[in-house]
Amino acid sequence: MRKPFAVTLDVGSSLANLTGSWRSERPVYVDRLPPCNATCPAGENIQQWLFHAEEGHYEAAWRVLTRDNPLAAIMGRVCYHPCEGACNRGQLDESVGINAVERFLGDEATRQGWCFDPVTTESGKRVMVVGSGPAGLSAAYHLRSKGHGVVIFEAEPLAGGMLRYGIPQYRLPRAVIDSDVQRIIDMGVELRLGQRIEDIQATMQQEGFDACFLGVGSQIGKRAYIPAGDARKITDAVGVLHQMEGEHKPLLGRRVIVYGGGNTAIDVARTARRLGAEESVIVYRRTRDKMPAHSHEVSEALEEGVKLKWLSTITAADEETITVEKMELDDDGFPQPTGEFETMPADSVVLALGQDVDLDLLNRLPGLTIERGVVQVDANRATGVPGVFAGGDMVGGERTVTVAVGHGKRAARAIDAYLQGVHHKPAGKHELATFDRLNTWYYSDAPKSIRPVLDIIRRQSTFDEVVGGLDEANALYEARRCMSCGNCFECDTCYGVCPDNAVIKLGPGKRFRFNYDYCKGCGLCVAECPCGAIRIEAEPD
Amino acid sequence: MRTSHVKFYQTGTFTVGNRLLSEAERSVQSTLERTNALNSGHRACQGCGEALGARYAIDAAMRATDNQLIAANATGCLEVFSTPYPQTSWQIPWIHSLFGNTAAVATGVAAALRVKGRTQTRVVAQGGDGGTTDIGFGCLSGMFERNDDVLYICYDNEAYMNTGVQRSSATPPAARTATSQAVGSEPGNVFGQGKNVPLIAMAHEIPYVATASVADVRDLETKVTKAMSMHGARYIHILVPCPLGWGAAPHDTVNLARLATESGLFPVFEAEHGEITDRRTIRRKVPVEDYLRRQKRFAHLFKPELRTDVIAQLQAMADRNIRRFGLLDKEEL
Amino acid sequence: MLKQIEGSRAVAEAVALCRPEVICAYPITPQTHIVENLGQLVKTGELSNCEFINVESEFAALSVAIGASATGARAYTATASQGLLFMAEAVYNASGLGLPIVMTIGNRAIGAPINIWNDQQDSMSMRDAGWIQLYAETNQEAVDLHIQAVRLAEELSVPVMVCVDGFILTHAYERVDLPSQEQVDAFVPAYEPRQVLDPAEPVTIGAMVGPEAFTEVRYLAHYRQMQALWLIPELAEEFEQHFGRAAGGLLRPYHTEAAETLVVALGSVNGTIKDVVDQLNDEGVAIGCVSITSFRPFPARKLRETIGHARRVVVIEKSLAVGIGGIVSTDVRMALAGAGIPVFTVIAGLGGRAITQASLHDVLTKAHHDALQRLTFLDLRHDVIHREIERLETQRRSGPVAENILRELGSVADHIG
Repeated sequence: MRKPFAVTLDVGSSLANLTGSWRSERPVYVDRLPPCNATCPAGENIQQWLFHAEEGHYEAAWRVLTRDNPLAAIMGRVCYHPCEGACNRGQLDESVGINAVERFLGDEATRQGWCFDPVTTESGKRVMVVGSGPAGLSAAYHLRSKGHGVVIFEAEPLAGGMLRYGIPQYRLPRAVIDSDVQRIIDMGVELRLGQRIEDIQATMQQEGFDACFLGVGSQIGKRAYIPAGDARKITDAVGVLHQMEGEHKPLLGRRVIVYGGGNTAIDVARTARRLGAEESVIVYRRTRDKMPAHSHEVSEALEEGVKLKWLSTITAADEETITVEKMELDDDGFPQPTGEFETMPADSVVLALGQDVDLDLLNRLPGLTIERGVVQVDANRATGVPGVFAGGDMVGGERTVTVAVGHGKRAARAIDAYLQGVHHKPAGKHELATFDRLNTWYYSDAPKSIRPVLDIIRRQSTFDEVVGGLDEANALYEARRCMSCGNCFECDTCYGVCPDNAVIKLGPGKRFRFNYDYCKGCGLCVAECPCGAIRIEAEPD
Repeated sequence: MRTSHVKFYQTGTFTVGNRLLSEAERSVQSTLERTNALNSGHRACQGCGEALGARYAIDAAMRATDNQLIAANATGCLEVFSTPYPQTSWQIPWIHSLFGNTAAVATGVAAALRVKGRTQTRVVAQGGDGGTTDIGFGCLSGMFERNDDVLYICYDNEAYMNTGVQRSSATPPAARTATSQAVGSEPGNVFGQGKNVPLIAMAHEIPYVATASVADVRDLETKVTKAMSMHGARYIHILVPCPLGWGAAPHDTVNLARLATESGLFPVFEAEHGEITDRRTIRRKVPVEDYLRRQKRFAHLFKPELRTDVIAQLQAMADRNIRRFGLLDKEEL
Repeated sequence: MLKQIEGSRAVAEAVALCRPEVICAYPITPQTHIVENLGQLVKTGELSNCEFINVESEFAALSVAIGASATGARAYTATASQGLLFMAEAVYNASGLGLPIVMTIGNRAIGAPINIWNDQQDSMSMRDAGWIQLYAETNQEAVDLHIQAVRLAEELSVPVMVCVDGFILTHAYERVDLPSQEQVDAFVPAYEPRQVLDPAEPVTIGAMVGPEAFTEVRYLAHYRQMQALWLIPELAEEFEQHFGRAAGGLLRPYHTEAAETLVVALGSVNGTIKDVVDQLNDEGVAIGCVSITSFRPFPARKLRETIGHARRVVVIEKSLAVGIGGIVSTDVRMALAGAGIPVFTVIAGLGGRAITQASLHDVLTKAHHDALQRLTFLDLRHDVIHREIERLETQRRSGPVAENILRELGSVADHIG
């Protein structure tokens, strides 16, 4: 074609015009920390495992999940899921049912027989872990996956620590504990049951351990002095729950008073109902909204017929009755006695006033500091004794399963560094993917799917699991409610909305790249990115 | 609580792409193979809605025609920023003739293709609101009336932007332009009778008329694809915000298009042979004020004093659209 | 084949013989019969493989032709007067894009006052639009020029206007020799566009060109028209060989060799002029004339070769450059620059006023005796003019001159011969 000069042009020739020179600001892809990940005490990469679950790639999802937390099936039942409280979707409709999906993945792992990756390189180092509760299991798992030899010492005849001896079966079936523990054992972790450690240093020396992780649970119930005509009728909650695991179930009578307002109080009150108590009354010195117990558990207990008596303290216990004094809250919200008393019929009183850790085993460990009943550790969970680390209930702070798992993970990293002769430095955290960074227009409206709940009659009479799991369709649906806050989920919106075709799509799983030759810095991609995974920055000089 | 029966894919079809959808359901703009009909290196302003809308539309038309597409383009921003000698951004055979004759040029292209037996090749005409609703209106109407085999796409940015933001018949009332300045007792553009070219196109009873915006690429692509599956005169009117002319942030282009549709000011609908067949309902209704506040062309409605009277008039326009086109689901009304 | 037919019909049949593929039709007197006839030829199937499109304006007519031409179709349209002005923007555009469209102009005056009759003000107004302009002297030449115009346009990728005096030619029934389809097919090959909108080889047509290249683009447009100064005579020669009669060319001299006074004109008026030249020659006046066929490009050198020996030149023109006088005269003077030959301008035939042999005889005799003013309005009604000018001097705001004159005259029709 003899094209006319200047008036007729060859197609696509504007590529020679590099409009990137117009730019004063440039977009940059970032990974921001989603609030779920940020709040997870176990440091789970929730957004990322949901990403895989969204595609129905459940094994991949489970593998990402268990990089941080090996106890998926357990977590899916007992974690108090602070992630859901922080979930940005909660500001849009309802938070994503992360915990339910986690349970699905954990159960799916058992159904499908998924195992952890086998250890490929042995480090030759040996670590002893004291306690097979969540902290100990977590530490053992992480240490083993880094190639270290691990032996768990458990004083009780069965593994699980407070998982088994502190959480009722109707919340956590024992088969679930068994399968999650077995998966860790299968990695080559040695579990020694019924072995109470008396002298840590001696054991380490005898068996040639290079480091030690202490993960002893708080198994001693705190007592309060109550004048009692019959001391036998007063027991403690930890003891009751522990006894539930033995052959002889506790005998609490028809009318059971539980004293305290925490989750353990709820557990015991609900257990009492299941053991046949006609009345199971929680006596608490403050009001319901001040109870440390989780609201949904209180609700479940009330559904099951547990009664609540708040603003009351127990002042005396007789054979048939207890005496309570009414309280009132002062201006600071503290309960103050009123001098008004009443009596209540009671066959037994269970104290659920908190727990302590048995620290006897630490007596012969010089250099270890204990303050107010907890072991002092640094950020790496290292005690003052070289090579000895501690976590879980022992080190104070919030005592939950998930916190314990997190302690175990962090300690394992620090122990790994210690064994390599270096000091562990936690990686810096990304900035938070806050709600205001999202463009929520793009998310479809989708209400949360509800987990099936066990029929109320069965809940009052049996120890069957109260809360069911999601089926596959529901789990997938729930996973897909995740907004992937702060992390690209390859929705192609940046690729689409760029008026200058300056976003290069790299293909599935590879995300995108900016072509700064043409990007004019308009910021449309930043504004429209649904999940806030693009930042606009001043153009470098 | 409402239960959801539809299969749910996190973002559904709101985002440009969705890895959870099947290949066939994915948008043209999300694909690696998209043609970028309007290539990089064009000289549109930062955040240009028209550049975006044109690529969305023409890429979709290319896919629909297996790249057998010719475009005629009116004078205007799109023409100027895409084809300054010695570079062109277009990847398709493309002709610019004049400001007001694009529909006629396209008619000529279509006639030539027919007479040459090149019937697999299809024709798109495109122009801005000035080239369409004003100076090109006669040719447009003629093309409609003859039912020539042309898809005409109007990229409506509501003023003559290329010449420096002067009022067109598509400029909304009260908007400030260089020829409807924000001075005097009735600042900005007059409240006229308006000129709804999609409805005028429908009055020609042509096979297909649709409106769309750059805030919903899938809807836009669907309409272009549908249009290309038909023959005869077809018209698609696409709202393309102009950061420069509207006095808005370049990153706000898509958002403004969204607010225009979600407020009801810009109804999104489609019609066949003169009858409305579908409309896009409002998902999250917003007052017009949310839309107006983000644009300096309406700044005089908020400063120095809040012109609630004028805003109410604009709100009434939006409300009328909502009633007339049924933009809200019944339960939300 | 010899036919006694209306000029418009003859033009339509000639155009049809050139196998146009897209015809855009919009009525305007005196061109209307041409597109009517073409429409009929397409409807009957006599002209096949052709899209006949009734458009909504002249602007659309040429615009449709632009689109069609750029897509590789041979495109044709016709217009006149106001219609040409209404499509003016597209006129420039078609040439700027180098599209070989052929357009018939049925020459007609431009209003106001509105006037449907013949002069050449319309095509003259587009003389700088980049189109080749050919003026037909007779209906036979109108037929022949259209056949040549298609060749010319397509070989150069330049649009061509064939200017045919309205009514005088378009509506005149004359004997015309229409060639056969085979003859025309042999002379006009299929259109091979220089550029075409085709997805197989996509191009951008109609780019925006700035100061860095605009002058060059314009120069090249000029260059292409200059090439036509060679091509037009070549085609005329080829045409004559092919069809057995002379037609076209740049200009046509008549008794020029021994002439002292030479008359220059465009179009049908040359017939009358030749008659008067014959009379004057019989009377012993050394006079000849030149009919310019190609006004654009203007054959300056050829004209100078033809009339450079004259003592004086009289340009009879059917258009007026208000404020200066002649339009054709200006170009003739440029062709004769430095030759010291006086050029007289005679404005004649405006708005359909008859150019009579008597008037021409009178004005040319005066010119031959150097008794003519440099600018003369043929048959100007001095009495009317004087009265109106007088009135203008007494009344500051006197209203539209044209209406005043018409009122003065009582009626317009009585005075059109």
